[in-house]
Amino acid sequence: MFRDKLTTITLGCILGGALLLAALNLLTPGASAAHVPGFVISLVGKYLCYAILALAIDLVWGYAGILTLGHGAFFALGGYCMGMYLMREIGARGVYANPILPDFMVFIGWKELPWYWQGFNHFWFALPMTMLVPALLAFGFGWFAFRSRVSGVYLSIITQALTYALMLAFFRNDMGFGGNNGMTDFKDIVGIPLNSEATSAGLMLISAVVLAAAFLLARAMTRSRFGKVLIAVRDAESRTRFLGYRPESYKLVVWVLSAMIAGIGGALYVPQVGIINPSEFAPGNSIEAVIWVAVGGRGTLAGAILGAVLVNLGKTWLTSALPEVWLFAIGGLFILVTLLLPRGIIGLFAARSTTAGAEAEPGAAAAKSAAREIAG
Amino acid sequence: MSDAAQAGSTLSGNSLLYLDGVTVSFDGFKALNELSLVLEPGEMRAVIGPNGAGKTTMMDVITGRTRPDTGRVVFGDNVDLTRLDEPAIARLGIGRKFQRPTVFEPLSVHDNLLLSLAGDRNPRFALWAKETPAERVRLDELLATIRLVDDRDRPAADLSHGQKQWLEIGMLLAQEPHLLLVDEPVAGMSDAETEETADLLREINKTRSVVVVEHDMAFVRALGVKVTVLHEGAVLAEGSIDAIQNDPRVIEVYLGR
Ligand SMILES: Nc1ncnc2c1ncn2[C@@H]1O[C@H](COP(=O)(O)OP(=O)(O)OP(=O)(O)O)[C@@H](O)[C@H]1O
Ligand SMILES: [Mg+2]
Repeated sequence: MFRDKLTTITLGCILGGALLLAALNLLTPGASAAHVPGFVISLVGKYLCYAILALAIDLVWGYAGILTLGHGAFFALGGYCMGMYLMREIGARGVYANPILPDFMVFIGWKELPWYWQGFNHFWFALPMTMLVPALLAFGFGWFAFRSRVSGVYLSIITQALTYALMLAFFRNDMGFGGNNGMTDFKDIVGIPLNSEATSAGLMLISAVVLAAAFLLARAMTRSRFGKVLIAVRDAESRTRFLGYRPESYKLVVWVLSAMIAGIGGALYVPQVGIINPSEFAPGNSIEAVIWVAVGGRGTLAGAILGAVLVNLGKTWLTSALPEVWLFAIGGLFILVTLLLPRGIIGLFAARSTTAGAEAEPGAAAAKSAAREIAG
Repeated sequence: MSDAAQAGSTLSGNSLLYLDGVTVSFDGFKALNELSLVLEPGEMRAVIGPNGAGKTTMMDVITGRTRPDTGRVVFGDNVDLTRLDEPAIARLGIGRKFQRPTVFEPLSVHDNLLLSLAGDRNPRFALWAKETPAERVRLDELLATIRLVDDRDRPAADLSHGQKQWLEIGMLLAQEPHLLLVDEPVAGMSDAETEETADLLREINKTRSVVVVEHDMAFVRALGVKVTVLHEGAVLAEGSIDAIQNDPRVIEVYLGR
């Protein structure tokens, strides 16, 4: 279907794998050896959402050189928008049986729904919001940051601050997002009960389709002339200015798009895990997501997906087997990959020519020294 | 290829570029000191001077990278470049080649040139842009000019140092600038490459104005154009290469070392 094998393999794994797992879950009897239990389906669904986040990060980090350490914020915002819909979908079935107000609002004594909750009872309204809200935040943030030429470590630190500030804000009860408990006890989505195997499988399949679509979109974008300019900006930003480009506008476009992709990832994540709370904004989450991308292979798209799935598989296994080791393991993994596998796992397999965006090793060094010259 | 000539005629004043009392100081140190310089339309000018004379800083000022403390830089009739930023100045038709070659290493030679071609620079355009037949023809021409036809699909990272210098000159040409600023184009080149580069610049100068900064006196002589000597941020002497080489002040600060 595609001229490069990597794309075909990636799409095949995502869509084929998801279909196979769903079929083995729904169509085989529970006692059968081939049966895939429900918990595996929800785990895979979760990984797929993480992969969407990783893809979003690779788009800005791998191709535009923006090392974001706050992308979890866009993911969480998308998740909150979906959570708000799911909360309102509960309606009068909550503990306080209030048809309009979610339980936590009744609990803190609110009498009416705040303005920013209006409309979230409609799925058609909430769904675009899961992308629009992250996009708006990204636009505001990026507009200021890129125009004032904030980059490198400074930008990374501000993105951390951004997600941290949002975490603190969402912890507050008077924000109206459920405080530190967040939102949970969801009942159904567009009228379909959430606690059924078929729904889980369906959501997992949808996540796979969205991931595949986001992958194709990102691939098309990075291969377009736009993507080539991005790579040029990544490696020698100020050189592009002397060709007449405004790097800030290119960064802004890809940054906002990336935030939207992260947002939809979060929106798919929430109904599958059944909860959204402020810990999704924790700075550590965003850093972990960057590590997935580094492990899989920065600037390759497929690598980001692979990294997200592999690292999370490892995390699932390790946090149940040796929970106290996880933080050291991921830290160590990051150091190892940075030192030994600068192009990640994909870099081990893929020849340089398969991905236009992948940094050629000697090139990267030379570009950096050249960039240094231009940057003064 | 005749835009520059046209530009020369549409710019009805009698100078293409006019630096008027430009001063740039870094922490009190004057890298440029009341520098004034006039470039005629269609002219090629060689600029020489000892290390730290302010040659690169002069190019920084013209291209909008450094804002001068005082002075004006007038392009054509009445455009004051000191009010514009780098992309705006580049879009006016001023191209620049850096002292150390800076090409986009992971991109192919072809893509380096493609991104440099004169045209729309907006992201919205770039997202949907397809290579047009006209662009293809232009790229073939450029590749031939810079002798990189066989290397078109190689990543720029794989080129030799001299080839990168040439690719950068190609990128400059692709922009179809009215004025080219070329900083030390033959640094690190073999004698044969140096000669070819002089030929290429003379060829380019048939249609465009050029400012070349270079230390290599044989190269400057080969260009055969008016020479400006910078020293401590100001013009020390100006004239033909022979006059310059016999000027006792120039010999003292530069050539005699
Ligand atoms: N950004 C800067 N900050 C401080 N000093 C600077 C800066 N840029 C240039 N200078 C100083 O200004 C002076 C002129 O530098 P410039 O690079 O213009 O010299 P040049 O004539 O191009 O020299 P060379 O032949 O070595 O390339 C030098 O003394 C340099 O150290
Ligand atoms: Mg210099």
